[in-house]
This record gives sequence, structure tokens and C-alpha cells, in this order.
Amino acid sequence: MKLVTAIIKPFKLDDVRESLSEIGVQGITVTEVKGFGRQKGHTELYRGAEYVVDFLPKVKLEVAISDALLDQTLEAISKAANTGKIGDGKIFVSDLSQIIRIRTGESGDEAI
Amino acid sequence: MENQIFELQYAMDTFYFLICGALVMWMAAGFAMLEAGLVRAKNTTEILTKNVALFAIACTMYLIVGYQLMYGGGLFLSGVTTVAQMDDAAIAQVLADSAEAGFDGDSVYSGASDFFFQVVFVATAMSIVSGAVAERMKLWAFLIFAIFMTGVIYPMEGGWTWGGNSVFGLFELSYSDYAGSGIVHLAGATAALAGVMLLGPRKGKYGKDGSIKPIPGANLPLATLGTFILWMGWFGFNGGSTLKLGGIGVANEVANVFLNTNAAAAGGLIAAMIVARIMFGKTDLTMCLNGALAGLVAITAEPADPSPLLATIIGAIGGVIVVFSIVTLDKLKIDDPVGAISVHGVVGLFGIFAVLFSDPDATFGGQLVGALVIFVWVFVASLIVWGALKAIMGLRVPEELEDEGLDLADCGMEAYPEFVTAK
Repeated sequence: MKLVTAIIKPFKLDDVRESLSEIGVQGITVTEVKGFGRQKGHTELYRGAEYVVDFLPKVKLEVAISDALLDQTLEAISKAANTGKIGDGKIFVSDLSQIIRIRTGESGDEAI
Repeated sequence: MENQIFELQYAMDTFYFLICGALVMWMAAGFAMLEAGLVRAKNTTEILTKNVALFAIACTMYLIVGYQLMYGGGLFLSGVTTVAQMDDAAIAQVLADSAEAGFDGDSVYSGASDFFFQVVFVATAMSIVSGAVAERMKLWAFLIFAIFMTGVIYPMEGGWTWGGNSVFGLFELSYSDYAGSGIVHLAGATAALAGVMLLGPRKGKYGKDGSIKPIPGANLPLATLGTFILWMGWFGFNGGSTLKLGGIGVANEVANVFLNTNAAAAGGLIAAMIVARIMFGKTDLTMCLNGALAGLVAITAEPADPSPLLATIIGAIGGVIVVFSIVTLDKLKIDDPVGAISVHGVVGLFGIFAVLFSDPDATFGGQLVGALVIFVWVFVASLIVWGALKAIMGLRVPEELEDEGLDLADCGMEAYPEFVTAK
């Protein structure tokens, strides 16, 4: 089982969600985050004083999937979240050692 | 027949005071929302508490002693006619007073409505202070200052101006201020300035290298809502200051006051918006909001006499002044999170002299002396009270608490709580 974490541009969330549902991924968790990679921040002005905003709004999604679905998941997210411009984001894959469904107590692949 | 008309005039003028007083009370909501929108989330509950509490303190202190100091209305309003006291003899006296004044003379109206209209002005003056000292002053230091400001400091200078009292029995003022650019706005800003000078800026606001760090407000929708609420309430603030409605000439005056008040706000906003756009390259909403308020303050000393065009221009000058003032105060390291000292003080001072553009009876000397008396009295008296508070209990919250936010430090309550669990 794998945990796929993706940082994407916020306006791409709906596209990514749709394309994940098309390949059969059933659940995702979404958090609003701020961050930067190689995309620089920008300067803003407040009542005449300048300040730099380094951290840009992004969305973090986390999806737990079975090993078999990994390649399709990576492709689905990459395609849907891509704009071709700096700041599109990154995907991180980590191994999941255990999953439990709280309502029924199922574990492992059945709990996905 | 004549008596019936007098009764109607009494009722209309009383009613007018009550409605205008209610509109000015609504400005308290405007100040609360404006300030809540321009401070950080962690300090929101505290500034809201300051705003509601100062309003209540102002109403109570003015009732106890302020009104007596300013107009001789009696301690605890003993001089105001109660319902039980309005007997046939009292009514006959009102009719006699009305007959003596005549239809076009000074209005005769309920004493209670006069107090009601006046007390909300006290609250407005005090409310100006809360924004300037936001995000780092101890709540109770502020509230105790409010007791003195609304019970003594404001009523004294109000007495010398609107009350017609001589200044400490020494000399009379010939100062013209229709609704209070000086008496209310400059006074409030002066008390704020004294406080801010003893309080110091917010932590991290000014760098050692002279840089100015912006501390953006948390909720611009609230700030905008607050500005519009103040704009609407100001119709009562300036409109009610005509002090009479029942009569053709005076009703026309009231209509012009409303019109000019609105025009000045619009002029102020447009001017500030353009100046900010030129100076900063972007259109700063907070400057637009301060510009509208500056326009309102600028016209407040004389909203009746100017033509609509002149009122717009007076407002626009206020809007230009306020942008430069805000930037300059920051350069002087006077930290004012909402621009209160600029909007109400610097532009309030301009408003005092703007009277000369349209009122043929006002004199430069009279306005200058009035402005100086108000400024010196309020500044010195405020400095004494703030100074005493600083020595006795301290004005500032400790640094770690300022970091954590005053909502937790002073109020024990977050404005936007998340992840709370019961014990």
C-alpha cells in the first residue's frame, strides 16, 4: 500500500479530483497549505510599506492506494495538475505500513 | 392653534434628536468592525471588547458627571425632566418657552433627547482612541483611561465650545464647529496620540535600519463594512447637529448637511484612492476606506454652508491629507494600526480651518485659538492620565503575551477558535 502526497496549485484541485475518480480512487484528504519550491514569492504593499510573500497558497492532497494502482495514480495527478508553468508542484510517494477503516475495523487492502 | 404647532415642533425636534442619536450610536458598530478588520486575528476579541466596553463606559460616565460638566445637566442627570416630572405645569412652561423663541427660533425639545444625542458623541470621541493603541495595550489600562476621558477630559473641552462655558473662567472662545471636527475628532485623536507616545509601537513594526514592516489586517470585508456603517451613521452625526428640523429653512439646512456629508465622503475616497494608486502603484483598499472617513471628518466642522461642489472638494483635500499623514506618521515611528490619528486628528485640524471656506462669521483667529485650546487641554490631561496608568499598572502587555495575541492574554477567548476541546 502506498501513501501518495501531492502539492498542487489550488485551482487544479477539481481537475485532479475528477481524474483520480476516473481511475477508481475513492477517497482523498485535502489540506490548504503554503509553500514554495523554485517558484519565487512576490512583493506586496500595505499602506505604503513593502513586504515579501515567499509562501504561496497550495493544496496538499493525500491518497492511500494499493500498489497496483500506483502508476496510474501518478499519471492521473501529473496530467491533471500540470500547467507547464513554474509552481505546478510535486508528488511524494511513501510506503504505508497499515490502514484501518474505523467503522468496520477492516485492515490492509480492504480498508482502502 | 399656535400651541398645537409648538407641540408638533417639540415632538418633531425631539424625534429628530433621537433618530440622529441612534444613527450616531450605530457608528459604534462601524468603529468596532473597522478596527476588527484592520488588526490581526489574534487580537480581534480584545479590540471588540474595548469597543463595546468603551461605549458602555462613555454612556455611564457622561450620565454620572460628564453632562453636568459640559452642559450643567445635573450629576446623574438630575436636571433632566423625567416622565413623572412632565406634568401640566412643565408642559405649559415648554409652550411658553416655544412662544418666546418663536417658530423660527432655537428649538425646544426634550432634555432626555438632548442627553441621548450628546452622549453618543462622547462615545465616538473615545472610540477613536481604541484603534490607535490596538494590539499592544492592556485592556484595563484602556478602560480606566476611558473613564477619565468620557467623564472629564471631553466634557471640559465640550463645555468650553458647545457648552458656552469660559475656559477655566479666564476667556471665552469664538470657535465654530458644527458637529465636532475639533471637539470630537481632533480631541479623540489627541488623546490617542498621547497614549501612543507613551505606549510605543507594536513589536517588530519598525526595524533598527529604519524599515517599516507592514502588519496587514485580518479581515478587509469587516473593515469595509465598518466604513460604510460609519458613513451612514455620520448622517446622524452631522445632520443632528443642526439641532432642529421643524421649519422650512432649517429642514433645508438639514437636507444640505446630509448631502454635503455624503459628498465629502465620496470626494475623500476618490482622492485617497488616486493618491495611493500614484504613490504605491496599486490601489490600496485600506487607504480608500481611510479616505472616505477623512472626507467625513473634514466636512464635520461645517457641513451646512458649503455648496455641494465645495463639500466634495473639502472631502477630497481631507483624502489627500490622510494618505500623506499615514505614511508620515509611520516614518516618525508613531504606530497607528488603523490610521485614527491621521483620519481624525490631522484631518480634524484641517476641518476646523475648512470652516473658513464657507462660513462668513468664522474667523481664523477664533478657529486657531479653539483648536489650540482643545489640543493642549486634551493632550496634557491625557498625558497625565496615561502617565499615571503607566506608572501604576503599566500600559503594555508583556512581550510574550503580545506575541501570543491579546485575545488569549486579556480576554481568554479567541475570535476564530479551532480545535477546542472541553475539559
